[in-house]
Amino acid sequence: MIAFARPTIDWGALSPELVLLGGVALTLVVPLFLRGRARRGFSAAVALLSLAAAAVLAGVLATRDSASTEIVATALRRDQLAEIAQILLCGSGVLAVGVSLAERESDERVGEYYALLLSAVGGMVFFVAANNLITLFLGLEWFSISLYVLTAIAVDRLPSLEAGLKYLVVGSFGSAILLFGSALVYGATGAVRFAEIAAGRPGRPDALLVAGLAMLLVGLAFKVSAAPFHMWTPDVYQGAPTPVTAFMSAATKVAALVLTMRVLVTAFPGQADLWTVALAVIVCISLAWGNLAALVQSDVKRMLAYSSISHAGFLLMPIAAGNALGGRALLYYLVSYAAMSIGSFAVVAARERELARLVTVEDFAGFGWERPGHGLALGLFMFGFVGLPPAGLFLGKFYAFSAAIERGWTWLAIVGIVATVVSIYYYLGLVRMMYMQPPELRLVPAGGSPPRDPALAATVAAAAVVTIGSFVAAGPLIDVMRDAVAFLGFPR
Amino acid sequence: METTVLIAIPLGAALALWLVPWRSSVAAGGFALLAALADLAWWVALAGRFDFGFRDLQFDLHAVWFADLGVSYHVGLFDFSLWLTGLTALVTVAAVAYGMWAGRERPGPYFGLILFLAAATIGVFAAQDLLLFYVFWEAMMIPLYVLIGVWGGPGRIGATIRFFIYTMAGSLLMLVSIIVFGLANGTFDMTKLGTNGSAWIFLGFVAAFAVKAPIWPFHGWLPDAYREAPAEVSALLSGVISKAAAYGLLRIAIPYFPDPVADLRVPILTIAAVGLVYGSLLAFRAPDVRGVIAYSSLAQLGLIAIGLFAVNDSGLNGAVLQMVNHGLVSTALFLLAGGIERRTSTGELRLLGGLARGRPVLASILIAVGVIALAVPGSTAFAGEFLVLNGIFTRGWGWSVVGAVAIVLAAMYVLRLVSAVLHLDPGSAVPEQAYDLRPLEVSVVGSLLAVLLFLSFWPAAVTDHVFGGRPQATVTSQFQP
Repeated sequence: MIAFARPTIDWGALSPELVLLGGVALTLVVPLFLRGRARRGFSAAVALLSLAAAAVLAGVLATRDSASTEIVATALRRDQLAEIAQILLCGSGVLAVGVSLAERESDERVGEYYALLLSAVGGMVFFVAANNLITLFLGLEWFSISLYVLTAIAVDRLPSLEAGLKYLVVGSFGSAILLFGSALVYGATGAVRFAEIAAGRPGRPDALLVAGLAMLLVGLAFKVSAAPFHMWTPDVYQGAPTPVTAFMSAATKVAALVLTMRVLVTAFPGQADLWTVALAVIVCISLAWGNLAALVQSDVKRMLAYSSISHAGFLLMPIAAGNALGGRALLYYLVSYAAMSIGSFAVVAARERELARLVTVEDFAGFGWERPGHGLALGLFMFGFVGLPPAGLFLGKFYAFSAAIERGWTWLAIVGIVATVVSIYYYLGLVRMMYMQPPELRLVPAGGSPPRDPALAATVAAAAVVTIGSFVAAGPLIDVMRDAVAFLGFPR
Repeated sequence: METTVLIAIPLGAALALWLVPWRSSVAAGGFALLAALADLAWWVALAGRFDFGFRDLQFDLHAVWFADLGVSYHVGLFDFSLWLTGLTALVTVAAVAYGMWAGRERPGPYFGLILFLAAATIGVFAAQDLLLFYVFWEAMMIPLYVLIGVWGGPGRIGATIRFFIYTMAGSLLMLVSIIVFGLANGTFDMTKLGTNGSAWIFLGFVAAFAVKAPIWPFHGWLPDAYREAPAEVSALLSGVISKAAAYGLLRIAIPYFPDPVADLRVPILTIAAVGLVYGSLLAFRAPDVRGVIAYSSLAQLGLIAIGLFAVNDSGLNGAVLQMVNHGLVSTALFLLAGGIERRTSTGELRLLGGLARGRPVLASILIAVGVIALAVPGSTAFAGEFLVLNGIFTRGWGWSVVGAVAIVLAAMYVLRLVSAVLHLDPGSAVPEQAYDLRPLEVSVVGSLLAVLLFLSFWPAAVTDHVFGGRPQATVTSQFQP
């Protein structure tokens, strides 16, 4: 019989996950005894409170942690990188609740909706702290399954079901590849823990290990929705209920990218020459394909989906650089990217609710003058996505390019610039439609005053504040990000 | 702190114009005009306190933005940037006043964007950190895009797209140069940067400035943007924004890259000279009023570039004087063109003519500005062009010959413009009852003309008060005191 020593568990470090799981339990059970508005209000309130509490707990942990320690035996890590990512994830969740509040889903499923949202955030919060291949896969499946169901939650809408099925099939395929890669890595090194993988069989070119690394990269690239592993993204973003898309576009990227950086830097420092080049290739493909395909989209959500593919390219660029500057760049970029992404989808959701259908770019004709607040915010996000000040994303791009240039890859920065120039056309296409469309093409929505949605308006405002705030307060933010990645031994 | 206030006044007013729901267009326009005048008054106060004998940065403010890459909010004024900020403040007052008179739709957003543009432009002239410079530089793009795209003429959509993509492509190349240059120096603070020998970095900067100016052959966006924009926005574009590009050459490209400047002087001067002659010829052939002014702007920027790349006392002095001159002249001309278009609803020269008859004020002012534009001896433009040609003469007499030819061409296109608008028989688009210049137009354009006449009497007001009196030494020492 194998002696089994129960590991000491640092419950404090697990508190964000635990709070979120508690929220899941509450939103699943209590709404059964409530009706109508009370059910809706209770679920949203619990979701909001548990997300905020988890963010605060992660923040408290972040102020206490100066080093990276292993917890729960060696399954998870407790460090600022994980905690910063957890704050970002919970923040995205809070904004997503704001977008969801007035969504017209039936009262019957509202409890489940928020439970799944909390569960997805919980999975991601767990995922970013993963310290071995098993917890990595567990976290990945935990949040992915929640997202599959969330995507298909509008069961009376065919596109939502179709998107859910597509996401399930393609996502499972990605997960399977990742799992197979993990098995190969285990076979090559006899280890699942990241640090042991790095220590095992140093210096020997090993086909098994390289194949495993490649498959891991592919599996993670599916989640990041980097081209050429992006096929599911446009359909899922378009078909999913818009609040879910808003959440997914921000939070999935945060979780998958942070973990990609962690896994590559801590488990595969010896293979850095391989994965930096592989990532650089993925960056180029994502930038090219995402931007070119976005040029021809008429559906706004599809256009934003391709834009998110191109931003996956920009976001992978600092990881490909493989230096400490890149680590900072990635985390800093994610702050404003997440806010802007949720903010844009929130405005799209507002327009959808107003017109009661999926919106095309043409549906935004005159929107800027009709809804000045939403128009101004969407304009800010679009100029920001291009990379113009005063959006924090401008400095994010600056940092990403700086990281690539410091690595000696000026050409990669120039690829990024060409992609940016192409992206001007479709981002500003939306601005043009909002403000400059000649009146004869303008669609007048069916009369009456616009639907009031204070929660959504507050979400958009908060996203705009984060977008500009991260630009103004870049100094302190970057100091935080520097400390968060300080313990990672970057290969360059 | 003083410089920051110069940026903050228009910026704060812009935010107020956007966020406060203005009841009447007069209130919004009046507020904008007051803010622009306040900025100008503040500039006058600063100019009065400015120590012209002192070559170092004045009124500066330094605050760390993010420390790890050495980026800071660092603004301040040199004596030559003081003149350019003054030009910006003055042209902004003229643009806002003219826009009020023209009664633009949605005055709150409109004037807010103009003031935001002014703040960004002043920021460009004041920034002493490469990344901050880039931030202000890009911040100029957003208001220009919206101003042309929303309030422009019928072809505005195409014009904005071309303008935006051209200039963004240029400025993103500059971003790469800024990063490479800044990382190599370990700081982005312009007062601490050393020189660099890389021609590629240099060309990245030059690309951005050449597109924005524009200098031939990067002027693809120019005719459409200048034609489709509202008159006062064209005035800002050609009067002030193009100076930001020339300023970039003067403040960054020339001082920090002495070797590439020396190596590439001949090709750059060739391009500038071709642009000077080609722009003048196109101005002579242009079918409409704005086309003449737009292409003359292309030519003038070529001339300014020639003066800058002479990199000697006379050339640099002349280039700075010519920047101020051209800023005032093209602003006045674009506003007059706007006035003519309002009266005749066309700018096409073949439909115009005979406007002088019964409209003496319009005729006098247009002729006076035109005569200064063609650099008649005794005018401030003559002083500027003379200094530029004198400066470039030492680099090779051939360049001066080209420049002198271009002055003759300038006389041809200005006189063609004047006669096609004012003289000949009344054009088919000229209504009998078209008003002479109204008092507000006279006060706006007249004050620009007054400044031009003042400079004609005393061009040394600018040339004796730049670079601490030692242009070449100042520029080649990267503006270090």
